[in-house]
Amino acid sequence: MSGMNKQGRSTTPGEVSAASIQTYTGNRGLRLEEPLIFELDNPGACGVDLDEPAAFASRLGAMERKGRIGLPGVSEPDVMRHFVRLSRKNYSIDAGLYPLGSCTMKHNPRLNEKMARLAGFGDVHPLQPQKTVQGALELMDTLAHWLKELTGMPAVAMSPKAGAHGELCGMMAIRAALAARGEAATRTRILVPESAHGTNPATAALLNYKVDEIPATAEGRVDLAAFKAKLGPDVAAIMLTNPNTCGLFERDIIDIADAVHAAGAYFYCDGANFNAIVGRVRPGDLGIDAMHINLHKTFSTPHGGGGPGAGPVVLSAALAPFAPLPYVVHGAGGFAMVETEGEAKADGTQPFGRMVAFHGQMGMFVRAMAYMMSHGSDGLRQVAEDAVLNANYVLASLKDDLSAPFEGPCMHEALFDDRFLKGTGVETLDFAKAMIDEGYHPMTMYFPLVVHGALLIEPTETESKRTLDQFIGTLKHLAKAAKGNDKSLFTGAPHFAPRHRLDETLAARTPVLRWQKETPKQAAE
Amino acid sequence: MRYLPLTDADRREMLGVIGAKSVDDLFRDVPERARRAGLVDLPKRQGELEVERALTKMAAKNVSAGSVPFFVGAGAYRHHVPSTVDHLIQRSEFLTSYTPYQPEITQGTLQYLFEFQTQVAMLTGMDVANASMYDGSTACGEAVLMAHRVTKRKKAVLSGTLHPQYRAVVENISEVGGYAVDALPPAIPGATEDIISRIGDDTSCVVVQGPSFFGELVDLRAIADAAHAKGALLIAVVTEVVSLGLVTPPGEMGADIVVGEGQSIGNGLNFGGPYVGLFATKSKYVRQMPGRLCGETVDAVGERGFVLTLSTREQHIRREKATSNICTNSGLCCLAFTIHLSLLGEDGLKRLARINHANAVKLADALSAVKGVEVLDDSFFNEFTIRLPKSAAGTVDELADKGVIGGLPVSRLIPGNASVENLLIVASTEINTDEDRASYAKALKEVL
Repeated sequence: MSGMNKQGRSTTPGEVSAASIQTYTGNRGLRLEEPLIFELDNPGACGVDLDEPAAFASRLGAMERKGRIGLPGVSEPDVMRHFVRLSRKNYSIDAGLYPLGSCTMKHNPRLNEKMARLAGFGDVHPLQPQKTVQGALELMDTLAHWLKELTGMPAVAMSPKAGAHGELCGMMAIRAALAARGEAATRTRILVPESAHGTNPATAALLNYKVDEIPATAEGRVDLAAFKAKLGPDVAAIMLTNPNTCGLFERDIIDIADAVHAAGAYFYCDGANFNAIVGRVRPGDLGIDAMHINLHKTFSTPHGGGGPGAGPVVLSAALAPFAPLPYVVHGAGGFAMVETEGEAKADGTQPFGRMVAFHGQMGMFVRAMAYMMSHGSDGLRQVAEDAVLNANYVLASLKDDLSAPFEGPCMHEALFDDRFLKGTGVETLDFAKAMIDEGYHPMTMYFPLVVHGALLIEPTETESKRTLDQFIGTLKHLAKAAKGNDKSLFTGAPHFAPRHRLDETLAARTPVLRWQKETPKQAAE
Repeated sequence: MRYLPLTDADRREMLGVIGAKSVDDLFRDVPERARRAGLVDLPKRQGELEVERALTKMAAKNVSAGSVPFFVGAGAYRHHVPSTVDHLIQRSEFLTSYTPYQPEITQGTLQYLFEFQTQVAMLTGMDVANASMYDGSTACGEAVLMAHRVTKRKKAVLSGTLHPQYRAVVENISEVGGYAVDALPPAIPGATEDIISRIGDDTSCVVVQGPSFFGELVDLRAIADAAHAKGALLIAVVTEVVSLGLVTPPGEMGADIVVGEGQSIGNGLNFGGPYVGLFATKSKYVRQMPGRLCGETVDAVGERGFVLTLSTREQHIRREKATSNICTNSGLCCLAFTIHLSLLGEDGLKRLARINHANAVKLADALSAVKGVEVLDDSFFNEFTIRLPKSAAGTVDELADKGVIGGLPVSRLIPGNASVENLLIVASTEINTDEDRASYAKALKEVL
């Protein structure tokens, strides 16, 4: 039993104490504590070698900076270690299932990273002569072609920087089309389902529109009668997510589109959930006028801890002439970028303006292009099918253990509510935090708002059946524990994460938004 | 397909558990006439080798900045990014993590955001900064909207120092929001812009860029005083953030909001994106800020930790009453910025800035020695404007044929304005060698 190796070192494990041991460092083995970079300041140390320039006559005038900025001096190995240690406090899709509903956390192939770093894409300036960037324009044009084919729409605006920016772009195109008809001043209302993402009403408000909520039916879809009753000559557009945030396809979508158009309004679709239907259903066949595509969801550009994303917007023929600057055209001498109003006028279009400096998220375009080419038309269709299959498998496997508010089939995500926790003293939040101890990132919680204590699970197509089975087994185990009044798994969870639950009330009441040398605890106001 | 783990056997078994005959069954809520039977008209799947081959071929059609003497700036700058940066941002834990909504298992992201906010506040000389916007131009648009909220006024005055595409972004967001914009003509170096007389009792903010679009350094102090006297805010725009290592920061000159493009630190040119928008302001305005904010707090056992905070400003809580619709921002670009600036530190950033300035001065000397070329800027950091004896657009084209990417002809962004026809904006960062500058001067002499 008691083993020794040839050096005389014991090879059997020692006795384990369950009691918490205080370590000198505060570390717990591989769970490492790490100070702020500013607290590592070692004046004189530097992580780069740069030679002081030879003496020269400054041309700064009286504008030279006086005094210290306050940045710390840290050597390269210490900077490396600092950020590696920070990285280890993060959960990631590469390390495990990340079932955040509405976020489409799928595998991020490294081929895409490699392609984006090719010097011909990554080391090209947006304003160098167009004849020196023909390959970059070709890539934008090719990606645009794929997006148009996949959505069945005739045009796409490439420049929006993320989903919400794409929403803004699509709604601006709608507003421009209404203005061209002389109806911008009279159409002031936007219809938004109550299950919508928060960005939808926030976007409408940026354009000064009045937001009018459409109620949901008991089946989790838009109430068609209530919607039709709200239509009128003052409605500019509807903003609808499809598949919706309950993970359901809006069965009446074509009727909705017809009614919107009959009322003289436009149909904006939030394309956050395009992954469920890519290659199987084309938004252009549903009567949609504008839809943003989150390249960082459906087309797998990495989320990067909250961006960068990219949100190209596909547009119907009615909206296409109003697409913003810039856009790529096929000119006589190759590809050209239309960048100014004058050029657009010569091209016969009426851009509503410009969303952003330069041309959009090229780095994300390259990644999405590599992803799409890898899949092809056949692989992309399989993406939607497997994403929907995986979500339905989770729904079917858990519907008797958790509680599902709506009948299946679902699309790419499975929605549960908190009825299964009723009377247990365990809340949705506790349940989610217990999942962290089991090694999972929790699902989306408390969204959509149309069901109580929502738990929204989007597994995506890049999870294997084996992974899903373990996940399902974990949730069954936790549900059983909650119902068995075993609150020990939930109260105070997570126990095994780099931090216990954090005091968000304190953070908001006395905001500390930066480090400060003299008074590190000084509040921001 | 290599990214899809399910086998046909898995799929059959799973359909059995679901109780569906086929996958088509799961799509039954889709209206019949919108269901596509066949494949869309696009190429089929390809292996990694084939994709790499095709995209490498496309990339090779571009002239990369590193392959030639390169002098374009105008809002995006080619700097050397240390290898450590790209290695670290590609770590799975950073690259493939989501927005840190579960703080217990995203302290890595949250801590670097807190460090980023601190660095941006220090650089700009402001109290607080947010966790990034999409880029400098959208940050500028958001700053104008914030100034309208703070002052409850509806008119922005834009200096002619502002990058024309930033101006276009501000005009666009203002137009749809029902706000007024008073934009001054291009502030060509040499002429003095009278912006102070444009500030009135209805002005919510004055937007000034320094170094200007044309490279000139701008003293903001008198403009700040004039704006404040009328109850307006001063928004300072910085498109070359490395300049803050050497030039007086806007916060010391009375700016109320500072926005900037952070690409120069840690991020490549990427043909225009992704970049990272910087947004900093005074503490008293923090609840009017757009975007995410990361704050310090403690966990249940009293250990220091970080969370996203003041989210009652944001769209996912406040919906149509939010301060902005922004959700996804530039997380990974912030990380690249934070790592690069950590490597630079106080001494490194200041030295890098001095090298940039020295190189630009050398370039100005080299180009002004070419007959017919005039440097217009009295003061500048790493970028300045030259007047040529002929069209700048044509000259840049001819230079490109000689293998020199010589700068931005102003007419590309400000078309139809005879006074800028011959103006060229040129930048020189630490990447340029004496040899590069000599090649430039020689080529320019040949084409003029």
